[in-house]
Formats: sequence, C-alpha cells, structure tokens
Amino acid sequence: MDSDSGRKGSQRKRQAGSSRFAFNAPSEAVTHHFRDLLALEPLSADELTFLLDQSMPFQEIQRHPLKKLATLRGKTVALAFFENSTRTRISFGTAASRLGADTMNLQAEASSLKKGESLLDTIHTLDAMKPDCLVLRHAASGSPDFVARHLDIPVINAGDGTHEHPSQGLLDALTIRDRKGSIENLNVTILGDIQHSRVARSNIHLLGKFGCRFTLCGPAMWVPKELEKIGPRADSIRRVFRIEEALEDADVVLALRVQTERLHEPALSAADYVLLYQLNAERLRRAKPDAIVLHPGPMNRGIEITPEVADGPQSCVLEQVTNGIAVRMALLYLLIVGVPEEGAHPAVARPAGANAEDAQQSRSRRSTDAKDPSHASH
Amino acid sequence: MLLIKNGRVLDPTTKTDAPLDILLDGEKIKEVAPTGKLVGPQGVEVFDATGLIVAPGFIDLHAHLREPGQESSETIETGTRAAARGGFTAVCCMPNTRPVNDNASVTRFILDRAKVSASVRVWPIGAASAGSKGEDIAEIAAMKQAGVVAVSDDGKPIATAKLARQVMEYCRSLNLTVIEHAEDASLATGAVMREGVTSTRLGLHGMPAAAESVCVARDVQLAELTGAHLHIAHLSAKSSLDEVRRAKLRSLRVTCEVTPHHFTLIDEDVQYDSRFKMNPPLASREDRKALLVGLADGTVDAIATDHAPHEPALKDVEFDRAPFGVTGFETAVALALEQLVHASRISLMRLVELFTAGPARVLGIERKIWPGQPADLTIFSFDFPWTYKVKESSSKSRNSPFDGRTFKGGPIATIVAGRIVYRLH
Repeated sequence: MDSDSGRKGSQRKRQAGSSRFAFNAPSEAVTHHFRDLLALEPLSADELTFLLDQSMPFQEIQRHPLKKLATLRGKTVALAFFENSTRTRISFGTAASRLGADTMNLQAEASSLKKGESLLDTIHTLDAMKPDCLVLRHAASGSPDFVARHLDIPVINAGDGTHEHPSQGLLDALTIRDRKGSIENLNVTILGDIQHSRVARSNIHLLGKFGCRFTLCGPAMWVPKELEKIGPRADSIRRVFRIEEALEDADVVLALRVQTERLHEPALSAADYVLLYQLNAERLRRAKPDAIVLHPGPMNRGIEITPEVADGPQSCVLEQVTNGIAVRMALLYLLIVGVPEEGAHPAVARPAGANAEDAQQSRSRRSTDAKDPSHASH
Repeated sequence: MLLIKNGRVLDPTTKTDAPLDILLDGEKIKEVAPTGKLVGPQGVEVFDATGLIVAPGFIDLHAHLREPGQESSETIETGTRAAARGGFTAVCCMPNTRPVNDNASVTRFILDRAKVSASVRVWPIGAASAGSKGEDIAEIAAMKQAGVVAVSDDGKPIATAKLARQVMEYCRSLNLTVIEHAEDASLATGAVMREGVTSTRLGLHGMPAAAESVCVARDVQLAELTGAHLHIAHLSAKSSLDEVRRAKLRSLRVTCEVTPHHFTLIDEDVQYDSRFKMNPPLASREDRKALLVGLADGTVDAIATDHAPHEPALKDVEFDRAPFGVTGFETAVALALEQLVHASRISLMRLVELFTAGPARVLGIERKIWPGQPADLTIFSFDFPWTYKVKESSSKSRNSPFDGRTFKGGPIATIVAGRIVYRLH
C-alpha cells in the first residue's frame, strides 16, 4: 500500500488569518459552522477541503515514534457517549491524548440517564466540570444540534442516530484522497442498509460536493427512493438493486455494517442478504481494477463482506482507522484552539502549547444569531 | 345588556353579510337590526365594532386541556383563557386526560371545573373505548347523559376495525359523532415525523402518508357499513382527503377537520426543533396544497386547533423523545386569515363557516346570530398588524412553532353567554 502517493504535489496552501475561523470562505455565511462540527451537509467544498488539509500534518504524527504533542496541554475534552461505541470513543480519546489534552469519559451504561436525568441536565452537569470541548455520540438524530444550542463550548458530533457521522465522513474522504489522489468526480458505490446509515449520509454530503456520483445498493426497503434526493446535486445519486450492476465502474466501494435485527421494522434473513448483497472478490471484479474498498467497522465478516475482500489489497479499512485519529486531532485542535498561524502548525512546529491560551482569547462567544435556527415558514 | 354596534356581521348559517347591530340580553341574543336602528335601554353597555367582523362564536372541535392529570402543562382555566384570546367561545376537549374521560364521573369533573374556572364553554369529548385502550366500549351513554358531545380515542386510533365498527353502531343509535384520530399504528411505530426527503436527510424515523389514509379508508368503509357519523380529526394527507371527498360524493356521513399548522407548515420546516413535532406530523408540500384546496372547495368541514400543550421541560429534549403536540388556540384565526383569506384562497364568509357552522354541523348543532340564540360572538379584525409572542401566552405551555410571527388580523373580542371574556386592549 502506498498511502503517500496521492498526496504528492497536493500539499495545499493552508488558509490562515486572525480569528479561529480564519478560513477565507467564498461565502460569508459559512464561518459559524466551525464553531461546532455537527454535520457535513452544511459545509462547502472549500471548507471540507480545508478540514482535510488540516488533517494531513496530523497524519504525519501517526508515523512518528513519539506521537504525543503538548498543543492542548491543560485542555480537557469531554467524551459523552450515550450509545455503545468502542472504536470512535477510543479514536477520539487517543486523538485528545496525542494532543496533550485530558479527557472526561461519560458512557451511557455508567450515566445517570437510567436514573431519569434528562440529556440536558447530564450535559449541563458535564459542562459545569469545565471541559473545553464536548464530543457527543447519541442514538437520537439531531441531539448534537440540540445540545449545541445550550452550550458555549464547541460540540463535535461523533455520530447521531441515523443522521450523520461527520468525522467518519472526513476520515473516509482523507483515505480516498490518499489512495486516489483526489476525491473529485469518482464513482462511489455504497452497499447495505443506507436508510439507517449515518456514515453513508456523511459520505454523500462530503463527496457529493466534489462531483462524485453515488450508486446505492441494498435490499429495497433499506434504500428508499428519498435517498436519491439528499445529495447536493440532482441526478448524482441512483439506486440499483443488483450488486453486479452497482459495482460496475466503481472507483470506491463503501460496504456498511449490516444489522439484520431492526428496532422498529421486521428483520431480514441474513442468508438473503449474503445471497444478494455480500461484497465478495468475484463481485468486486466488476469495479474498476484500482477500486478501493472502505468499511466503517466493526465488520461482520462473512455477512456484508468476505474476509478475502476485507483483507485484500483493495481494502483500506486499517488506513481508515489510522486516519480517524488524524482527522479527530485536527478537529479537536481547530475547535478548541482555532486556526493555526501560517507556518506554525502544531503538528509541524510542535509548540509547547503556549499558543493555546492566546488563541482561546480571540475566540468569540457563541453568537446568538448564528445559532438561532431560522424557522422559515410559508 | 350589551349592544354590539357598527360591526360587519358575517353569519354563514343565515347567509348574512351586512352592517348590523346586535343586542345581547343575558345569555341570549335579544335583537338583531341594521346599524343605527337599535337603541338599547338606558345605560346599556356598548361595544363599538367599527371596522370589525362580528361572527357567531367560534368553536374548536379539537383541544387538549390536560385537566385532570397534567396540570403542569395546562388547566381548564389557563387553556380556556388562551382559547378566549384566540377568539373561541367553545372548545371540545379530548378525553386523553389522566384519568381518561371514559366515564360519567370524569365528564362531570371536567364540567364542574369548567363551571368555576373556564373562560369559554367546555364541551368534553368522551373516550370511545374504556381507558382508550382499544378493547371494551366506554360508558358512552352515561357520558352522553353527563354532557359529552362526541366520542374519540384521540391520541391514537380506535385500535381495531372490529371495535371501530361496534363503536360506530352504538354511537349511531346514541346520535353521537365518532371522531377518529386516523393512524395505522404499525405503519407509524417509532416515527417522529412524516416520511420523505426531509426525514431521510435528518435521519429521523418517518411515517408515510399512508399511515393516516389507510385508517381513513378503513373507517369510511365502516361508516358506510354502520351509517354512523364519522369525523376525521386533524386530517393531514392528500390521500386521506381524497378518501373523504369520495365518501362525501357517495353521501356518507363523513366530515373532517384540518389544523392551522398543517395548512401552514410542511415537513421541510422540521429542523430538530421539537416545537415542530406533532401527530399527525407536518406533511409534504403537496399535502399542504391539497389541504388548501379542500378548505376552499368545501371538502374540509372545520378548522380545529389540536391545541396540545406540553410544559417546557417535556419539550426541551432530543427530538426523538419530545412528546407530540403544539399549542394552537391563540394563532389559529390569524393563521387562517394569513393562509386562506389574505392569500385569496377563500372568502371571509367561508373562514367564518370553518370556525362556526362547520364545526357545529360536526356536532349536530346549529350556530347563528338570531334572536333567542346563545349570546356567543367572536369579533375579529382582518387587517390589524400584531406579533405573536409566546412568552405572553395565556397557556401554561410555550410549545408554539409560531413564536415571533407577525400577523395581519386576529381576534379582538370574545363574548360568551353575553359576557366579554376577552378583549384586546
């Protein structure tokens, strides 16, 4: 695997400026989205490119023998996970620790939610312990949005229900960009339960802004027609119910974790799923020869993907994991400290963390008008 | 005695649209005459309605007053004060209180509380099934004797076709309307909004339009089978409206109501804000268009608020966990003016019909401005500008999606049994 090849010559010029939203977006309306990271849907292609570029120096760090920075020394990241998660929680925890930050951990099983406390009360209690950032995983779609309306500290959505998983979307895009050199105009095939996948939505919202075309494939009840209209451009998403056809000409294949047991719906036979939609080597040959395979994990080997494909040369699943830490380091850095000065990237210049406080000063308070959801009515 | 002078009287029942003065004597209307022709007795109280519309008292067929059982969200006192502000002279309160209004003693409790605390008339609706559990038939006859005006298991549908059929048979013999919250429970399980592109984008579990119209189709057929008067509550889907329209063409006794939030807002307005969460949920753009047509062409019989207060602590949670419901009394008339009259979709007369003669027909009564009739009047302006501020609401709850909205026209005074129970200052 040659994960560096794609980045050659693509070391994009980092945007710099004075505020923590130093990014010079073409549209003025976009800057407030970096207050929190709640979803990828509202971000522009320029903003997304910026976030990916900001992650690159942190990718470097993962290859160093000594991986710990002091950039966020004295800062605290609250990890509030109201839904079972091992991988994402460890990834954010590791990202925080490699930046020198401390973490507070709240897990659903240990929380007081079972004692009847509301999410808002739990979050306010956590906030009173003065973390500098809240990373939230919750089973209810939109809960990071709801929580962010009530908090002054930045909120990062670590996966909300069946809505979005923005850091996963970013790490997938970073992985694709590394392997393919670009994320523009690719044929992306997504396999599985797309209706209930926050990973699929974040990928569509991100890659769709770069001209990618999507083929969604899975059991029809998991791929409703409404999905064709959620992308940024019309006609960029199509549904196909034969996996052989769906894989034709694919540059990127994203296999989703399949849960045959459903909360509100009848279950589907796993045998049927394997028969029609399992990604195996033979089917993968329909894709372009240099197609890559992504999976957000954890994998059900033998259900949505065969071991042969999962472990094969086209698979990027382990790079995804490593890139996850880089992306999450960049997000924590950007949201807690702000945009680094030109030439002073924490992962390059390795400051001792003194600049963290300065940058913090310049961080304006949450502006009310930016957070006030407009209730357009008719 | 109270003399309403110089107003433009609109009454769809008597087909009146004229400048008339109305003399109220106690709880009844005493006299109606062309403006300037009436001279009340010495010292009569005069209400100058110059530039205003005077209509029969508005009736809300569908509201939740939360008493007994959930007085932290609303009481009969606060709810009816909000209703009076909204121009309503009578509200029908749904039986999903705690305990459920499924027997005469709860009905009497509600009416007793209303007697001492209500600003407007309170007309209870009794449960169709015991505890609204969908198993046994409630004490409908005893409740009717105690004063219920219709039956419904509102909050949910009458659980099975078999039970719905029996309730309809029984209510037909008792001459009571059966009000149905039409929803196929299995299609709606777990849903928090309408299924569509927006629910798919937001990752919120949606219910299809068919969740409503499948049940409407079931009940229309049962209404045909039994001859009962079936009224579809808070109808939201085009497919449901089509069922009602076809039923009416076949002269079945089927009526329906539409809420102001369904003819104003759509699913695309939902942004994880629980003030936009109600059941049935906000429907699609096409559904709203169909409702506007139905309101204009007569398919829709009434506008009803489905006023559903929930105290702030209950609503200030994740969208998935928030209870369904929005408040509606205080904005209903203004929204109807905005969406229907100012948008040139219906006449003022039709608007008055949707709030008076229409709902009255659903309940099998008559409402008109005529000597000897109850002195219930709604006086409203169709053009004065104002802004709805939910923090000043008379309701105990704040869950309105229309906070901060600016309106043209709305209620100016509400008169119940000859008494001014609300007057804008």
